[in-house]
Amino acid sequence: MEKTTLFDKIWDAHVVKSVPAGPDVFFIDKHFIHEVTSPVAFLNLEKRGIGVKNPSRTVATPDHNVPTVDQDKTIKDKLSRMQVERLRENCVRYNIELHDLGSAHHGIVHVIGPELGITQPGMTIVCGDSHTSTHGAFGAIAFGIGTSEVEMVLATQCIMQSKAKKMRITVDGVMENGVTSKDIILYIIAKISAAGATGYFVEYAGSAIQSLSMEARMTICNMSIEMGARGGLIAPDETTFNYLEGKQYAPKGADWDKAVAYWKTLKSDEGAIFDKEYVFDAADIEPMITYGTNPGMGIKVKGTIPTTEGMEGSNKISYLKSLEYMGFAPGEPVKGKLVDYVFVGSCTNGRIEDIRSVAQFVKGHKKADNITAWIVPGSREVEKMAHEEGLVKILEEAGFELRQPGCSACLAMNDDKIPAGKYAVSTSNRNFEGRQGPGARTMLASPLTVAAVAITGRITDPREVFEN
Amino acid sequence: MAYDKFTVLRSTAVPLPTENVDTDQIIPARFLKATEREGFGDNLFRDWRYDVEGNPKQDFVLNDQTYSGKILVAGKNFGSGSSREHAVWALYDYGFRCVVSSFFADIFKNNCLNIGVLPVTVSAEFADKLFAAILADPTTEIEINLPEQKIKLLSTGESESFDINEYKKDNMTNGFDDIDYLLNMSSEIDAFAKGK
Repeated sequence: MEKTTLFDKIWDAHVVKSVPAGPDVFFIDKHFIHEVTSPVAFLNLEKRGIGVKNPSRTVATPDHNVPTVDQDKTIKDKLSRMQVERLRENCVRYNIELHDLGSAHHGIVHVIGPELGITQPGMTIVCGDSHTSTHGAFGAIAFGIGTSEVEMVLATQCIMQSKAKKMRITVDGVMENGVTSKDIILYIIAKISAAGATGYFVEYAGSAIQSLSMEARMTICNMSIEMGARGGLIAPDETTFNYLEGKQYAPKGADWDKAVAYWKTLKSDEGAIFDKEYVFDAADIEPMITYGTNPGMGIKVKGTIPTTEGMEGSNKISYLKSLEYMGFAPGEPVKGKLVDYVFVGSCTNGRIEDIRSVAQFVKGHKKADNITAWIVPGSREVEKMAHEEGLVKILEEAGFELRQPGCSACLAMNDDKIPAGKYAVSTSNRNFEGRQGPGARTMLASPLTVAAVAITGRITDPREVFEN
Repeated sequence: MAYDKFTVLRSTAVPLPTENVDTDQIIPARFLKATEREGFGDNLFRDWRYDVEGNPKQDFVLNDQTYSGKILVAGKNFGSGSSREHAVWALYDYGFRCVVSSFFADIFKNNCLNIGVLPVTVSAEFADKLFAAILADPTTEIEINLPEQKIKLLSTGESESFDINEYKKDNMTNGFDDIDYLLNMSSEIDAFAKGK
């Protein structure tokens, strides 16, 4: 029998039809929607005079532009309010499950899907958001789509996609203390570049990956898109099954046993061929931070910004433009640089383990005076746990401001913006120009590094704070 | 929705050689709050095009009267990052019908094809030739021939073939979209869904 990869197994099981000299008609098991990329899709359904084919396969939540204060009140910003109201109207009209602002399971779409057990191994999952790749941590094919495709899924439960090439990234070995899954993925992206996996779907494998919790795995898969990959996935194992067991939407009783038996078959065959392979050693990975304006521009916190040696033409011009935006010079170290803001949150690192690690780190300390520290839980559930576990108290005593769930300063659609020219060290996923507000200068790092920066007020390797 | 048919486009072009242009630059997130598809062109490349007071930045190519046209010739890894289709709506709304680059981000390219903006991938060498020709003479015209899958620099006659799958090509030349196709195979999808 032909040896196939995990990606092949799930993909091939969802092809309704292969169009000759064209894409596959690809069946979607679960579809998440939010307020920003869905309204035009619904509008077009209306124009065509068609409905939603299978409402039970779509789940909605407003997350991208919602305020993170006063969520119990009417949204002040008129356009944001309209988008959220439109989502509500569409969910009522088409009978779609909505986890609305203020409800028990409201949150960032990629946080609540796993939390509720909607995300399961072997599924195909799409959403009009490129970080849909997060769900791949469960051994699902999950990726972001455009609004035209949101419309396709609503109308037909299918999209038309050509199958991606396959890449495997293996990380073996044991990570040093103070190194997190965020550092692993920032390291990988720095190695293969922000476009290095374009056209591929990535499987993450190896002992270092297998040792990670589900939440840490989600952080890795989440940022697959930042190296251009359509998505990333990790074969499900006991960690996956333990996480899902008992979750609201996870199968129960005999159905659970049946599901687990199937999920256990979801792995790449020994000897399966990948179009491209990378192997890294976990022991080489140190706390990472970005210094430029794409996520591939990352270095060790202790490292120096690369010089322009070997660069030429538009490559060099683009590189210098990026450094100019950041206010940095080639060849200089980043460690010790003053920072203005820290942001803990987003679909990358806004889960309870992230908040626990920050709280544990800052416990008994105060943030530096030059730092404004925002912490935004990924969901109401995360927020609730943070309160119950006493984390909020610790963080507030350290000078962090806790806000309500949403995408918040990750993309700054709402009022949570970093002012122009200010430096933010952020647990989010993108350091693009203006991503966190016009003129804002973003440096991506792990929750631990962010915690260390909050305390010292400067770019700091968290391991050095541990030592003291 | 069905869109403009695309067959042969002959136009001057706007050069933007910057690499790794992400969709947050093409249309910043704070302008994604509309519930309709029209009007995004005003904020295309907003923060590169205007300063904080809203004054045009003279050094940005869209504010340079020298360059205009329906074709954007862009740098490597164009359209990375967010999956926002609004980025393509903004390009379309501004007047672009074709984007040429030596490398496109995946989701962006799909989004282009889905609304009828043609993404043309050329070799790095040909991209360099295009940039040089446009900079030397902004009235230089480029011809994009979709049925023949050819891009031609009219000033020198140099041309290159580009790839597009037959299905998408057929859609683009006829102005069809995927939903028409999918709706027509509804019963096949239903039969498939029964097993899921």
